[in-house]
Amino acid sequence: MRRLKDLIEHRLSRRSVLTGTAAAAMLVTAGAIAPGHADDVNTTGLAVTEDTVKVGILHSVTGTMAISETGSVQAEKLAIEQINAMGGVLGRKIEYIQEDGGSDWPTFAEKAKKLLVSDKVAAVFGCWTSASRKAVLPVFEQYNGMLYYPTFYEGLEQSPNVIYTGQEATQQILAGIDWVAKEKGAKSFYLLGSDYIWPRTSNKIARKHIEKLGMKVVGEEYYPLGHTQFNSVINKIKLKKPDVIYAIVVGGSNVAFYKQLKAAGIDMTKEKPVLLTISVTEDEIRGIGGENIEGAYAAMKYFQSLDNENNKEFVSAFKEMWGDEIVIGDVTQAAYLGPWLWKAAVEKAGSFDIDKVRLASPGIELTTAPEGYVRVHENHHLWSKTRIGLAKPDGQYELVYETADLMEPDPFPEGYQ
Amino acid sequence: MINLKSFMARQDVLALLILAALLFVVMPMSMDIFRLNLIGKYLTYAFVAIGLVLCWGKGGILSLGQGVFFGLGGYCMAMYLKLESSTPEATAIQSTPGIPDFMDWNQITELPWFWEPFNSLTFTLVAILVVPALFAFIIGAAMFKRRVGGVYFAIITQAIAAILTILIIGQQGYTGGVNGITDLRTLKGWDIRSDDAKYVLYFLNGALLLGVLVLCQFVLKSKLGRLLVALRDKEDRVRFSGYDVANFKIFVFCFAAVLSAIGGAMFTLQVGFMSPSFVGIVPSIEMVIFCAVGGRLSIFGAVYGTLLVNWAKTTFSETFPELWLFGLGALFIAVVLVFPNGLSGLYRSYLAPHVDRWIFRKPPEGGSSGADPLDTPAFEPEPAARPAE
Repeated sequence: MRRLKDLIEHRLSRRSVLTGTAAAAMLVTAGAIAPGHADDVNTTGLAVTEDTVKVGILHSVTGTMAISETGSVQAEKLAIEQINAMGGVLGRKIEYIQEDGGSDWPTFAEKAKKLLVSDKVAAVFGCWTSASRKAVLPVFEQYNGMLYYPTFYEGLEQSPNVIYTGQEATQQILAGIDWVAKEKGAKSFYLLGSDYIWPRTSNKIARKHIEKLGMKVVGEEYYPLGHTQFNSVINKIKLKKPDVIYAIVVGGSNVAFYKQLKAAGIDMTKEKPVLLTISVTEDEIRGIGGENIEGAYAAMKYFQSLDNENNKEFVSAFKEMWGDEIVIGDVTQAAYLGPWLWKAAVEKAGSFDIDKVRLASPGIELTTAPEGYVRVHENHHLWSKTRIGLAKPDGQYELVYETADLMEPDPFPEGYQ
Repeated sequence: MINLKSFMARQDVLALLILAALLFVVMPMSMDIFRLNLIGKYLTYAFVAIGLVLCWGKGGILSLGQGVFFGLGGYCMAMYLKLESSTPEATAIQSTPGIPDFMDWNQITELPWFWEPFNSLTFTLVAILVVPALFAFIIGAAMFKRRVGGVYFAIITQAIAAILTILIIGQQGYTGGVNGITDLRTLKGWDIRSDDAKYVLYFLNGALLLGVLVLCQFVLKSKLGRLLVALRDKEDRVRFSGYDVANFKIFVFCFAAVLSAIGGAMFTLQVGFMSPSFVGIVPSIEMVIFCAVGGRLSIFGAVYGTLLVNWAKTTFSETFPELWLFGLGALFIAVVLVFPNGLSGLYRSYLAPHVDRWIFRKPPEGGSSGADPLDTPAFEPEPAARPAE
């Protein structure tokens, strides 16, 4: 229907030009419409009118992933509201259509298709788990959509239809291991993770890097998602006495893992061993309890406690919109970048067309990002700093280290595959 | 040649024609390809629901693990399609080109032996039917020969669904793990993602579904079908009459498994991926719900039940992304409380007498609602007219 309406409007505008000039030659150049006209900035039939543009938000707000993905939804809505308050994108207000992935990968694919085919959205902000991204990827590539994906993930992927606003594995891992080797004098590592592609790939990269630096891995284990019995691995850790426990446990399992670790007498504040994680953000700490994870280190790109002007504004705007109780984790911040990066790319391209936005995306800078300065790489990932935070009993991280330079995203790391 | 009239009553022919008209005329004309593709996806679950009508509604064997067979069929198809799309050229970026991408991510450097045969389409099509049948036969033989039934059987099927999910997720290098097998592109060079292909697959799916319905009707009206109902209601009596009860149960369980597998394979073709989220306990139970909403005694009801539940799921979740689960829950509660025999029960109580009167000019039968006596649910009191034995 909408398409039909656009077509009629298009026809009408042509006719009015025609009646004005009555020149047959003008028929060809009848596209001579005012600059910024909806037909000019949108040649592929996206849902763009004279004063609005539709985008999609596709996360799980029901099911097991809802607890993690809600923060991303909130961040995206905040960014959209702020952009609208500043006058929108190319003078058009953003209207969002929210769909629920229901923590179910096929549903993600169905809803992605709906957003692209039926709603003709100009961009989609969404997905969280790798599985959901893998499920929607063919849909975005087939119907040529644009997805802004916020989660830190395993890499090994570079789609022309996705902008990855979180860190890929090497960015998160290499700096963290370098830091723990240098600052804490670590020599041996125990790798631990939930059993799916992200922890496995991440540990593969970690192992290669650890061995390259001349240190050693004394154990590597995986547990199914949702696993809650970590006593046997904790006993093994006590036996092997590694310098570092490198933990990539995700979701609800974290609660059991850290509580059992503490109950088994491993006091992380004593740093024997040091616990370094890349999977626990402030969101997860709410479930774990600050007192249970106090003393652990996390390597990621953003902590709510970052002390800079951008972040202070972001945190206070976020709390104003969603309540004082809220905490903001790494992924939430990355989700917030999505709409802003899209706006910048659209304005640079002067068009909502997916192909033009794609071409304009590399090199886009954001100086207002809460994490500081970020820039889009040719490979659609972000240049960003990696930071180490120390978990405090109040559930926040205290920044103890950040890389001096931006880390280059390298989704297909040479020698780590 | 079997006479059609011998197993298709006029009401059944009418039901089949109405469904055919709905699937082949009404839906394609009223929907765009996106919605039609969704309907096609729902219809693949209908294969499972029809299998459950035979197995559970008629035979009294409640399986809470039909997702296993749906998954086996789907995975067989997905393995073939994945191999076809993993040409060395298409996967040049990998450390080992020419193997599926997820194997490369898991440091596997050559194609595992059990993937090899799936290079052949013929093998794949045979495997879609034989693998689930064989698996169902093993489970069935192990259970029914030992006279395990009822709740115990349901629990065991549920456990098998859980085991298979864990196996698939754990062996991610060989199976794709949680992500499943994604990014399937072509079937013998034919792009299954294009709109044209989606139309073709939709109609193929519909035709298969109607074929399966006719086949099921044939089974139900045969002596075998009557035996099934008999052993649902009084298993011992059938056994004492000299029948080997276990063999009939194994047959119907295998038959339902094959139907589910056909659905799974069609699902993979239409949706373009397969993942363990169709294998586990939750989807298996959902499939039982489709069957229950349709009315577990009617194969046509199962199709409508599947369509209704999935349509409601899609619509509710599009309209109320944060509250839709409650709507769906309310629907199920309403079904159980208000019409325990599902859609087909509603039809039988309210519409069937009129249909019989106006179309077939048949006088309404006194007392009973005019239904086939075979379709009387087991938990309803026996008709009083039945002579005491």
